[in-house]
Formats: sequence, C-alpha cells, structure tokens
Amino acid sequence: MRFKTATSPHILRETGVGQVMRRVLYAMAPGVAALAWFFGWGVLVNLAIATGVALAAETSMLAARGKPLAVHLGDFSAVVTAWLLAVALPSLAPWWLTVLGVSFAIVVAKHLYGGLGYNPFNPAMIGYVVLLISFPREMSAWPIPHGVGQAHALGLPETLEIVFGGAGRLVPDGLTGATPLDVLRTQLGLGLTVTEIRNSPVFGIVSGSGWEWAALGFLAGGLWLVQTRAADWRIPAGMLGGLATIATVFHLIDPQRYAPPWFHLWSGAAIFGAFFIATDPVTASTTPRGRLIYGAGIGVLVYVIRAFGGYPDGVAFAVLLMNIAAPTIDLYTQPRVFGARRG
Amino acid sequence: MSETSYGKILKDGMWTQNTGFVALLGLCPLLAVSSSVVNGLGLGLATTLVLLTSNVAVSLIRNLVRPEVRIPVFVMVIACVVTAVELAMHAFLPGLYTVLGIFIPLIVTNCCVIGRAEAFAFKNGVAKAAVDGIATGLGFLLALVLLGALREAVGQGTLFARADLLFGEFGKGLTLHLIDDYRGFLLAILPPGAFIGLGCLIAVKNVLDARAKRRAEVKPVHVLHEAGA
Repeated sequence: MRFKTATSPHILRETGVGQVMRRVLYAMAPGVAALAWFFGWGVLVNLAIATGVALAAETSMLAARGKPLAVHLGDFSAVVTAWLLAVALPSLAPWWLTVLGVSFAIVVAKHLYGGLGYNPFNPAMIGYVVLLISFPREMSAWPIPHGVGQAHALGLPETLEIVFGGAGRLVPDGLTGATPLDVLRTQLGLGLTVTEIRNSPVFGIVSGSGWEWAALGFLAGGLWLVQTRAADWRIPAGMLGGLATIATVFHLIDPQRYAPPWFHLWSGAAIFGAFFIATDPVTASTTPRGRLIYGAGIGVLVYVIRAFGGYPDGVAFAVLLMNIAAPTIDLYTQPRVFGARRG
Repeated sequence: MSETSYGKILKDGMWTQNTGFVALLGLCPLLAVSSSVVNGLGLGLATTLVLLTSNVAVSLIRNLVRPEVRIPVFVMVIACVVTAVELAMHAFLPGLYTVLGIFIPLIVTNCCVIGRAEAFAFKNGVAKAAVDGIATGLGFLLALVLLGALREAVGQGTLFARADLLFGEFGKGLTLHLIDDYRGFLLAILPPGAFIGLGCLIAVKNVLDARAKRRAEVKPVHVLHEAGA
C-alpha cells in the first residue's frame, strides 16, 4: 500500500528520489561527453551495456523479493549506479567485465543488503573494486586519449569488435597506454623527479591530457548538482579540501618527490568522486559537520593510497573505507537541538 | 540425556547443529583454509580426527575428573591430540602440511572441539561421544568442502586441484577443469570471497530448512484429506 504524500506548503516543488537521480544523470552529461571525445565510442558502449544489465538485474531482484517494479525502476537509482560504474571502467573493457561489475553492484552490494536506502557501501564502488582486484590487467586497458599520438581514432564498428571480441582477444598494445597517475607512480619508482616526469606527452596543461577536460566536465556538472541542492556542498568541499591540504604539505616537503596539489585535484577520479560518488546520500554521513569530516577523510585516504599505496588511484577504496566510518561519524556529530545546552 | 539416539546425534552434528553453518564456530579456519576443495578436505579430516579422539578421551576420564578442574583437563587433552595429529601430518602428508601451515596447530583453538567436550562427551558414554565427535567433525568437513568447492570453482574454474597433496600419485588425475580457458575470478579466492560464499551457503541451508519445514506442515493435512475422500 502506498500513500500519496504531499510536501509541506512552504516547499514549492515536489521532489523525490527519481528527480534527484535524474539530475545526477543530467549532471554527468558534460563529463561523459568529454570522455567520449577523448577515449572514443567505447565510453558510450560501456554506458549502454551497463544500463541494460542494471535494469535487468534490478528487475529480476525486485521480482524475486516481491517488490513493486514500477516504483523502484522509475526512481532511476539502478541507472545511476550503472553509469557511475561504467564511467569508471576503461573504455575498451570487454563486455563481460561491465556485465559482471554491474550485476555484482546491483545484486550483491545493493539488494542483498536490503535494497535502495539500506546498503552500507556504495554499490558502484563495490562493483569497481571487485573488478579491480579480480581483473587488474583488463582494468588498466585505457586507450591513449585522442590527440596524444594515437594513429587513428577507432570507429564504432571497430570498438564493438574489440568490446565483444572473444575471451582470448586482447586489445592491441598500441591502442592502450598507462594513465597519467600510473605513469607518475611507475616513474617515481624508477627514481625520476616530478619535473622530469611531467615532460611526458601523457601530461597536459594541469594533469593528464584529455583527462583534465573530462574532469572539467564533471566539475561543471557537479557544481550544478550542488547549486540545485541535489548534492550537499560539504562533501565535495571536504574531500577536495582534504586532498589539497595533505598534497600541499607533502609537496612543500619535497616538490620533486610529491606531485603538486593541483595535479592531484585534477587527476584520476578526484573531481568525479568528490561530486558524484562521495555524495551518495545513502552511504555518506548525514550530519552537516559529519559530511565535512567524511569528505576530508576520503580526500586524505585518496592521497595516502596514491602516494604510498599499491594502486595508482584510490578513490574507490577511500570511499568504501569512509562508508564504514559514516555511522560512527554521524553518532559523534549530532547537531545541537535548538535550545539545548552546549556541550 | 542418555535418551539421545545415535541417529539424532548424527543428524544434529552434520546438519541441524552444523558447526560451520549454524553454530558458526571455528570461523577462522573455515574462512581461511577453504580456498580449495583439497585444503578444506585436509583440514576437515584433521579436525574430525581430533574431535573423535578428544571426545573419546574426555568421555573415558569423565568419572575421574572433578567438575571444578574439567576445563584445564579438556585443554590438556585437546592440546595433546592436536600435537599428535600435527606431527602425523608433518610425517605423512608434508605437502598438505605446508599448505595448511599454521591452521593445523590452530585446531586446538577451534571452539567446537572444547565445546563438544564440555557439552557432550563429559556427560555421555564412550560410544555416543565417539559418534558425536565423528558427526560434528563431518559437519565441519561438509562446510569446509562445500565452501572450498564453491570458491575453487568460481575462483579458478577447477575442482580437486592439487589432490596429490592428499592422495599421492593417484590424486594427480583427479583434477577437474570445469571450463576450458577460464580466466579466473580472483575475488572468490581472496578473503572477501570466503565471507560472501559462506553467507550464500548459509542462505541456501536456511531455504532448504524452510522448505522442509513447510512440507512437513502440509503433509498431515494432505493425508487427512485423502483419508476423508
């Protein structure tokens, strides 16, 4: 039984889960467009596969759990999960990688924990981490961005052939290359300095060429989300602030060993994660002060993983680690009730 | 207490009160060792042997030991048995001994061993204590082997890989390759796979139990109906 709920009279528009989720999808458009321009059709192919699989998985899980289909499919939460994961996957990823990741996200990380609103961990990031630790080779097959010495851009038919090619078929070596964070990590390990590494063609004006434009697109969409209050400003502000602070400290200590803060802010999944992944209302902290702490924790962890950990980027791990901490943060940051005594 | 039938002891140990799936005792070795069928089988057999021997020993001395000091006595008995089993495995199954490593001496800390000594063997005769030890051990073995099979099949697409550790030369031919050219799914072999797999197996057991219960409730009505017709 579902009762019709009305909003309070001073709130002018009716909002719901579906509307917020649709806004997230619109806000991803500029970043996705930039990714598709630099990394080819594969980005869009991934999105299409992920959306289809997510809807199928969501439908079958809802049916198995005896939940109404129309209400839950209509809130677009499965599509948002699918898009968040698909954008994080390499654009020439084989089809089964996307299918496996999205199914795991929806079936295990979302529905086995009780469905939308009950999942303690961000489903898209669970799906991503499962793929990352299980298939490290496939997960690093990012194509070289458009305009960085790639012979020719892949057309749609060639992309489909690579994505749906047999299990034994691998992406031709010349097409893929290390991501900027990967290059930084490997070459720092070889004893090169940050200045020397920055001369490599994979780096652009601020961070990786191509990547920086995608980050700009996600920043634009993210700011719109914050402006429409679909996302709270405190989480991205906390995360980017935390990342910038710790990156600045280490950069000042040894500028040749630790990349500058603007490079870290603009690389990998930092901007995308700050506005789109960390802000998931289900798994994030809910109190105002708690959200700042939660965001800052993610930012610091991202830096620690990038600089000292075993992976080039750490947004997914950082988000999941802070997801566990969110209930505790909420417990200790309850806002003072109006009129209650301080302390 | 003495009214417990052998059938009930067996059923409790292997299914109704299964150490791995119901009591959730001894989770540490269960989760850590179950990355393949052979590892699970090896540790399961070792644990069964320990349970059988310690149950029999505890049952034999139950009238000589004062209840006030029973726990230290149990600990001594179990420690002796585990040491003997460890030395025997080191001597006769060195390959498996290396793979299982620390988890063989750690059988001593498996709560189900002292649990059965305290809850059953100390209060029952030798024959029943022996049956209980075997049943509980086989229940744990079942959990280890099922979880091991699930993780091995999903994780690397084989069953009974490295069976030569347990069965010698004969075991080399036992390995089954389920899917040709399988890429492997590392998550199932890693620790998260153990937790997810155990959760799924417990869920399956609960479904089976619920179904059996429903059938048992429906049956009498069905019989009455037939008799009435």
